[in-house]
Amino acid sequence: MELRRADATLVPRRRTRTLRARIWRERWMYLFLVPGFLFVVAFRYLPLLGNVIAFQNYSPFLGFSGSPWVGFQNFTGLFTNPDVWTALWNTVVISGLQLIFFFPAPIALALLLNSLMSDRIRRAVQSVVYLPHFIGWVILVAIWEQMLGGDGLVNQLLRNHGLHTVNIMANPNLFKPLMVLQDIWKEMGWGTIIFLAALTAIDLHLYEAAAIDGASWWGRIRHVTLPGIRHIVVLLLILRLGAILTVGFEQILLQEPAVGATAGQVLDTFVYFQGVVGGDWGLSAAVGLMKGALGTILVVSANWLVKKMGEQGVF
Amino acid sequence: MALRATRRPMWMERPSIPTQGLKTLVLIVIVAAMLFPFVYVIAESFASERDVLGGGLILWPAHPTVQAYQQILAGGIVARALLVSVGITATGTLVSMVLTTTLAYGLTRTREVPGSRFILFAVLGTLLFGAGIIPNYLTIKAFQMLNTYWSLILPGAVSAFNLVIIRQFFMNVPREVIDSARIDGASEWHILVRIMLPLSKAVLAVIALFYAVGIWNEYFNALLYLNDASMWPIQLVLRQYVLEQTPLIVTSGNSFQLPPPQSVQMAVVVLATAPILIVYPFLQRYFNRGVLTGAIKG
Repeated sequence: MELRRADATLVPRRRTRTLRARIWRERWMYLFLVPGFLFVVAFRYLPLLGNVIAFQNYSPFLGFSGSPWVGFQNFTGLFTNPDVWTALWNTVVISGLQLIFFFPAPIALALLLNSLMSDRIRRAVQSVVYLPHFIGWVILVAIWEQMLGGDGLVNQLLRNHGLHTVNIMANPNLFKPLMVLQDIWKEMGWGTIIFLAALTAIDLHLYEAAAIDGASWWGRIRHVTLPGIRHIVVLLLILRLGAILTVGFEQILLQEPAVGATAGQVLDTFVYFQGVVGGDWGLSAAVGLMKGALGTILVVSANWLVKKMGEQGVF
Repeated sequence: MALRATRRPMWMERPSIPTQGLKTLVLIVIVAAMLFPFVYVIAESFASERDVLGGGLILWPAHPTVQAYQQILAGGIVARALLVSVGITATGTLVSMVLTTTLAYGLTRTREVPGSRFILFAVLGTLLFGAGIIPNYLTIKAFQMLNTYWSLILPGAVSAFNLVIIRQFFMNVPREVIDSARIDGASEWHILVRIMLPLSKAVLAVIALFYAVGIWNEYFNALLYLNDASMWPIQLVLRQYVLEQTPLIVTSGNSFQLPPPQSVQMAVVVLATAPILIVYPFLQRYFNRGVLTGAIKG
């Protein structure tokens, strides 16, 4: 991100040195570079090769070399498998709900926090709303179960008042909104950090000038605040679009069993249940590969589109 | 961070009473929604049989007891899992910090060190794509790391996001400081350990927290890579006993004075959250300063 072209212009005039001499001169730096780089290669790049099993009828006993090659059979199988379509549909719906409800939430909260006059109150609120970000999904689900589940607080209160109970955590119809609500609970506060930084960078004189020109608070938000954070909003939107086929895997894996695959299965959990649990390695690797490739294409094209529209992209 | 005016500027009108009321209400609702569940869970973990039988809302158990904790910590699978989690979190954070800071320092002079620009792009590339569950599983299998704790520690040891933040801090250290140290004969190792690390303490603390929290909260890798339930970290045990309601094996204690099962479950939740709740207050002040945002904006 901060790889600027400026680097090239600042190169000192000692390019005459040979490459070997330059490497020798910096030999100690390679001691720092090599271990980390090897880790990245071993655990981030090497696994990409594992995707070849998408073109195989893979069996763990036969391994890569022993398993028969089947060409694109797994990919054609993927399109005729109704479970894949269900998982795709669920993924896209959850992503869409996230885009509508979860994406704007930190922006709104950041605007609210920014409008507070008292530093003390703002800091206190911040330290509370950042906390859920650090709570793992298992703990989060356990806590939510305790509040909204079958034996949870809400149902206890309903029961005590002789009312019908509702198990919000195990209702297939509520599953998707519930996932988005959990995302909001967990990440809304943490998400404000980046917007608050952008908001503090806005020149206060702009507000003053706007106010003197007769802009109301809403006018100032529209004409000063929002343009001031537009760049960062667009940037995060690109990243979000690139991840549209990725919805909280760990979160859904924990809660999908309570509502069943029809309501809850997403692409990543499909890969897990079909491949790792079900043993259909080839097909689920094909789904994973498709998803990864589409995700990369999506983020690159969103970035291209945004640049076309005259905004700064991510890369 | 720029200091904001704490007094209302002349040109800004006072918000109307309804607006102020609405703002306050929204903030109270948000704060309550995020705090209340923790309070409730902690209260329940101290509830005794009498409190539970009494029914109703337990926010302050009338007859608090630490039986649930005694039972858990007396031994058995939860106590063991807590130790496992502490162990892998400590080891993993250490490994991650060593690898990430050294690599970040190695990538600070991309103009001068041949090949380091390529490595930087290779690291940043990992932000764009991942290999997926199955290829990752096959890799761990090929490395013969299945059923070892290394499978939980090593794959995530270098996070590109964390690396970028640390590198940005190192790059902001004035060039003159480093050059003068170098003229005085300091090695690269000295520059990293004596200059870079002390100057970046705040950001290193935050990144260490990120790594530690990440490892502590992880359950899926353990589910995928560890077959042996006796090796499980606390999150996986929590998933088993609290979410899937598998009864917790009673290890000890008088049979007529057992704590209520719900209290035991909530005590497991509390213990699984406790390290985060303990560390959080010490580090959260850094989040409000420019520690993270400086790098993100860069």
